[in-house]
Amino acid sequence: MAFNPVRVPISEQDPKVRAHNFDEVCLGYTEEEAVLEAGRCLTCKAPQCVLGCPVNINIPGFIAHLKTKNFEEAAKEIAKFSALPAVCGRVCPQEKQCEARCVVGKKGDAISIGKLERFTADYAASHGFKVAEPGKPNGKKVAVIGAGPAGLTTAGELAKKGYAVTIFEALHKAGGVLVYGIPEFRLPKEKVVAHEVENVKALGVEIITDVIIGKTLTIDQLFNEYKFDAVFIGSGAGLPKFMGIPGETANQCLSANEFLTRVNLMRAFDPEYDTPVHVGKKVAVVGGGNVAMDAVRTALRLGADASIVYRRSEEELPARVEEVHHAKEEGVKFELLTNPTEILTDEQGNVTGMKCVRMELGEPDASGRRRPQVIPNSEFVMDVDMVIMSLGTSPNPLISSTTKGLDTNSHGCLIANEETGKTTHDLVWAGGDAVTGAATVILAMGAGKKAAAAIDEALSNLNLKQN
Amino acid sequence: MYKIVRKEKLNPSIYLMDILAPLVAKSALPGQFIIVRNTEFGERIPLTVADTNPEAGTVTIVFQPVGASTLELAQFEEGEEVASFVGPLGRPSDLVTDDKEEVAKKKVVFIAGGVGTAPVYPQVKWMHEHGFDCDVIIGARNKDLIIMEDMMRAVAKNLYVCTDDGSYGFKGNVTQLLADLIENQHKEYNHAVVIGPMIMMKFACLATKKYDIPTIVSLNPIMVDGTGMCGACRVVVDGKVKFACVDGPEFDGHLVDFDQAMRRQAIYKTEEGRRKLAFQEGRTHHGGCGNCKEDK
Repeated sequence: MAFNPVRVPISEQDPKVRAHNFDEVCLGYTEEEAVLEAGRCLTCKAPQCVLGCPVNINIPGFIAHLKTKNFEEAAKEIAKFSALPAVCGRVCPQEKQCEARCVVGKKGDAISIGKLERFTADYAASHGFKVAEPGKPNGKKVAVIGAGPAGLTTAGELAKKGYAVTIFEALHKAGGVLVYGIPEFRLPKEKVVAHEVENVKALGVEIITDVIIGKTLTIDQLFNEYKFDAVFIGSGAGLPKFMGIPGETANQCLSANEFLTRVNLMRAFDPEYDTPVHVGKKVAVVGGGNVAMDAVRTALRLGADASIVYRRSEEELPARVEEVHHAKEEGVKFELLTNPTEILTDEQGNVTGMKCVRMELGEPDASGRRRPQVIPNSEFVMDVDMVIMSLGTSPNPLISSTTKGLDTNSHGCLIANEETGKTTHDLVWAGGDAVTGAATVILAMGAGKKAAAAIDEALSNLNLKQN
Repeated sequence: MYKIVRKEKLNPSIYLMDILAPLVAKSALPGQFIIVRNTEFGERIPLTVADTNPEAGTVTIVFQPVGASTLELAQFEEGEEVASFVGPLGRPSDLVTDDKEEVAKKKVVFIAGGVGTAPVYPQVKWMHEHGFDCDVIIGARNKDLIIMEDMMRAVAKNLYVCTDDGSYGFKGNVTQLLADLIENQHKEYNHAVVIGPMIMMKFACLATKKYDIPTIVSLNPIMVDGTGMCGACRVVVDGKVKFACVDGPEFDGHLVDFDQAMRRQAIYKTEEGRRKLAFQEGRTHHGGCGNCKEDK
């Protein structure tokens, strides 16, 4: 079978235009483009792409439906495996997952699986397809803590099996990092996130916002007073890290979490909303991950001259290649092999500059990564008036510290079985960043899926014993 | 949505509201706070819990309209609803969680400034209900600004009131009144809790340090989520960075860097000034003309 080695290109907003707006950068495939791209798939008998997907979506299966323009069936096929395809199609690092294993990719461009998944989900949303059904009620109740990707997935899976599921969310809106972290220009909140949350609710899942487990209610109360049969913790890793350098409590130095929460969740970029956000003229974002790219591109859109400051070289940037590429196209500057040592301030506590040193990469350490080391006498002052720290996050100790029998490791991550998500507490499972520390949306979903299966198995066995 | 079941104007500039929030009412302890969001467009603002009624499922908040969001909240009437009301947040007061025998040894004075009287009240009430005596100092600029006096009198062993202009009670500020109590009336205290504006807490702490009285303050920095995920509320205590929303809001007042905390409180002064003006003028003012005093 002849195959086309070149993927159907995707339309994007012009970098010059999009650098000044919050509209989605990638415009997605049209129907014709999607069918054309689907036509490149070889429909392998032993598909490798599926193994690269953390939730093992039947990729050739849904793509086969796209080839025949059977979009509803394609959406239903994806829904068997994933609760949030419109999200994952947009934010998964496909180049390291499904697309990395695509056979076509060995001789040309891999099939654009993410963009096809996204097209299918968007098409299903705009045509109002009902892709999944709630299961027959089995009389059992499961509480899910956190309405992020892990929690939404677990809840959806359990609802499909007939459980009565309640999600408790601390913020006023469901979605977790999908609503407070990832910006509008990568993941539209109303069109995409709100719609996927509605899909989970349509399975009968109840979402209660403004409830902080560990404060408003404890896990013990969920069992004793509210009679839940099991609890899943998907509370993420939302605790920001700071560098601990002098001047870090300056007025215009803030965590990427704060900056992005103000802009994304509180919609500070829209004058109709009350939450303020301060944006400097020259903004440095310290870090090189996806969150750093999100923060720097957000600062740029709010009018700043924005730079990434990262202590290793471009090759080691942990962010997705696509995001780095987009950032550069939009005019983000990169100060690589550079590390801040002090934030300089005036008498009012305002940022007036950032003292940095230049770095070089030394010998590989035990983990195989080349360790950055300071070049002597390389100190210089970067001209900035705002600094955003994007150094990663760790799990919030609120839940573990208020629940007996729930153990954490030295990083504050919940200890849970890798395959089942079972914690050290008899009736509590956990998954996502709360267990792994900051990782990806799709890994959180994969963990949620496994935990849902494990919870179902445990509660079904319990049933057998009781009978 | 959370219903306002009672609204009272305590004085010309301070409001009290009882909000129906049964889970918060049941779990809140003295020293903790809540975050309220007026409308879907609203910002999240922290307010201290002033009282709870678990049976009725209500939480009492007391606030002084100082900016756009509190001015807007003050316009809500009984029966109307706010969009979010989440809590309880922060750690309960040490007096509540410490060993009772240790608390019994404490000769406590609470020092409240202005609207800070509200967060002091539940702690004094808790002490009273658990059989511990304590003295309370309330200070304000003038007589009209004193709030919750009768409520406080009912739970405090001794209540001392002062006003800057002498229109009621002792003439002077809380620091001067404290000095008077210790030096002229021979009162002895070995534990102080000070809650009020940052500048008042700073100076009260300088005074208690002079008398060698261990002092707790309740800090009120800028907050967003209130759950420890952003660090907007970070303060420096004993040279270490703390998040007031999860590590506090109560800290050892003698170790707090108040100057740093006050600088951070002013971060959004310009934006807030614009928004206040916009709110007062019905959102017709867009700022940026550079001629407004509020912009500075």
